[in-house]
Amino acid sequence: MKRLILAAIAVVALSTAVDAYAQSRTVRIATEGAYRPWNFTDASGALVGFEMDLGRELCRRMNATCTFVAQDWDGIIPALQQGRYDAIMAGMSITPRRLEVIDFAGPYATDATTFASLRNSPFAQIKAGDPLDMAEISADEKKTIDDLAAQLRGRNVGVQISTIQQQMLEALMPGVRVRTYETTDAIALDLVAGRIDALLVDRSALKAIVEAEGGQGRNIQAFGPAFTRGVLGTGVGVGLRKQDQDLKRAFETAIGEATRDGTIARISTQWFGYDISIRN
Amino acid sequence: MLDLFSLGPRGWGDELLSGTVVTIAVSVLGFVLGCALGLATAVASLSRRLAPRWLADVYTTIVRGVPSLLVIYLFFFGSSGAIMFFARMFGYTGFLSLDAFSVGVLALAVLTGAYSAEVFRGALQAVPRGQMEAGRAVGLSDGQVFRYVRLPQALRLALPGLGNVWQLVLKDSALVSVTALAELMRMTSVAARSTGQPFTFYVAAGILYLLLTTVSTLLFVRAERRVGRHLAGVRS
Amino acid sequence: MNLDLVWSSLPRLLDGLVLTLELAVLSLAIGLAAGIGLALLRRTGGAGRWAVDAYVFVFRGTPLLVQIFALYFGLGQFEAVRESVLWPLLREPFWCAVIALALNTAAYTSEIVRGGLEAVPRGAVEAAEALGLRRAAVWLTVVLPLALRQALPAYGNEIVLMVKGTALASTVTLLEITGIARQIASRTYAPLEIFTAAGILYLAINLLAVVGVRALERRLAPEARAAARR
Repeated sequence: MKRLILAAIAVVALSTAVDAYAQSRTVRIATEGAYRPWNFTDASGALVGFEMDLGRELCRRMNATCTFVAQDWDGIIPALQQGRYDAIMAGMSITPRRLEVIDFAGPYATDATTFASLRNSPFAQIKAGDPLDMAEISADEKKTIDDLAAQLRGRNVGVQISTIQQQMLEALMPGVRVRTYETTDAIALDLVAGRIDALLVDRSALKAIVEAEGGQGRNIQAFGPAFTRGVLGTGVGVGLRKQDQDLKRAFETAIGEATRDGTIARISTQWFGYDISIRN
Repeated sequence: MLDLFSLGPRGWGDELLSGTVVTIAVSVLGFVLGCALGLATAVASLSRRLAPRWLADVYTTIVRGVPSLLVIYLFFFGSSGAIMFFARMFGYTGFLSLDAFSVGVLALAVLTGAYSAEVFRGALQAVPRGQMEAGRAVGLSDGQVFRYVRLPQALRLALPGLGNVWQLVLKDSALVSVTALAELMRMTSVAARSTGQPFTFYVAAGILYLLLTTVSTLLFVRAERRVGRHLAGVRS
Repeated sequence: MNLDLVWSSLPRLLDGLVLTLELAVLSLAIGLAAGIGLALLRRTGGAGRWAVDAYVFVFRGTPLLVQIFALYFGLGQFEAVRESVLWPLLREPFWCAVIALALNTAAYTSEIVRGGLEAVPRGAVEAAEALGLRRAAVWLTVVLPLALRQALPAYGNEIVLMVKGTALASTVTLLEITGIARQIASRTYAPLEIFTAAGILYLAINLLAVVGVRALERRLAPEARAAARR
């Protein structure tokens, strides 16, 4: 028994992570591993996706060694602040609220947000895909949003917890009943099961849900405008601690180069089927 | 359906198995550490002095009254702060944190400690007073009486109760999945999401947990028989 | 840790208190009735005993989280379930959680009641029969009350376990105490403080439950009843 206890203590002590910076330019990047195609876990248990490929590319340019760690979405910012890892690449948009607590390098990508419902739902009749830039909302656009809000009033809409989509519903469509989920896949399961009437996610995440291998999302379809900017923030960036300005500069340089020479566009097309890099 | 559980890179069988191994590892380590903690707590709760008794009481009351999920969250989000607090006192300014596995082991140990303290306390009290007096009479010190007379018998008496605590801890280990540790529950959820077949995978996980609890129950029963062997004649 | 934040988040967590209590009370009530039923069914022997043992084996041998997920996400997978009469119930996260918690506690409760039944002295039953009571009356007025009183301390533990179990309802979108705590934590980025506050709330509920059960035990103790009659 005593030997077992000592062994247990030894194992815990050994696996205690040591100071990241002492290990010369090793950057630990956290990701969710459940946000296809940005980052997800494949059937061999490995983290893969657009952000893993991009992260490796950025680290190569920064002459740094990178490791990826999985972290549930709703604790991903607090754990960064606590030093569990040094950076976040998890489809995280740069928003004023997040900028209060952490810093960002980038953006390295941007994607629109859209509603979706089942094909046989009345919502599926609503025209999909018109771009709606919320940086400055015109009177017409305001009407579009309010009409949509009126139709969704009292309905259950699923979003991932602590996302820009949750913020958007709460800010612009207060009559909607918001249901929060830990992952986007769980939202899709509940939409198919009929527990919610609609969901609000990134266009790319929706595409992944619709095309999922198991076929569970084949009856899901987007409706309403493709929302960008405004409450949705200014694109997806690398989340960093405010005091790590050196790391931020390194990431900024690498992202700038990779954007200009088309590397991000290439990796993006490979995973999304379209270019989500930040042009010009 | 069988290829869903195949062992290759396209199936989830090997992930569920490696998850099971991690579940066993995190639970066993947490349980062993926690038993040491539980024994210390039981000894403290039987102390003649007020402070240790009070400490033991506060510890068990809090941990037994708070959901295990919260205990694990608190360890996950609190451990780095606590470690860095001590590191700062030694002038260290960088970041330190425990990985998900260590957080899981420590959280399960703290849970085990609180659950098992009652078991150990009862067992220690069940050792007849006369035996300790006899030990002192043959010239053993208080420490020796505890170590050679009271503790071995208490451990034997505690075994059935510890079996129950082990089951609780094994099941609580599923909650460690919230720290993203790749244990059985976590891998099951990943598989359920990726394939869109939650029922299949959660039932599979249920069967694996059932297998673990059943096998470990049998092991505990065997251990009880083993340590009770010398008493077999006495009882009948 | 910022203690002010712990205190200031307590009132907001109270929004989830009602839901936590609803989940706990409903699942305990259903689970208690089902648990007594199962314990009685087990005494019929044969297939009844076998079925109850299998049920208890499965629900005690697997984590509650697996049970909740299998019920919530698992059953929703099937077209047949979604078209069945049960769906209006299973469709709601609240009822899904209540059913999962109740199924779980029923298994434990049946074992607790079984222990209580085994502790009923034969003499009491014989005395009742000697007084000419019918079989059903013996059960309702003598055996069950004695068994339940005997089971009360163990059931007190089960109540605490269930209150703690309701925290898992947050994983299926319910905004009970833990669910609200996660919402606040995701906004304030201060999980440690918020979860501490939630822990305090659960501790308070459980301490009250323990005190309540102890008081009930004292009232039901034979000495106290005898004293009250005098």
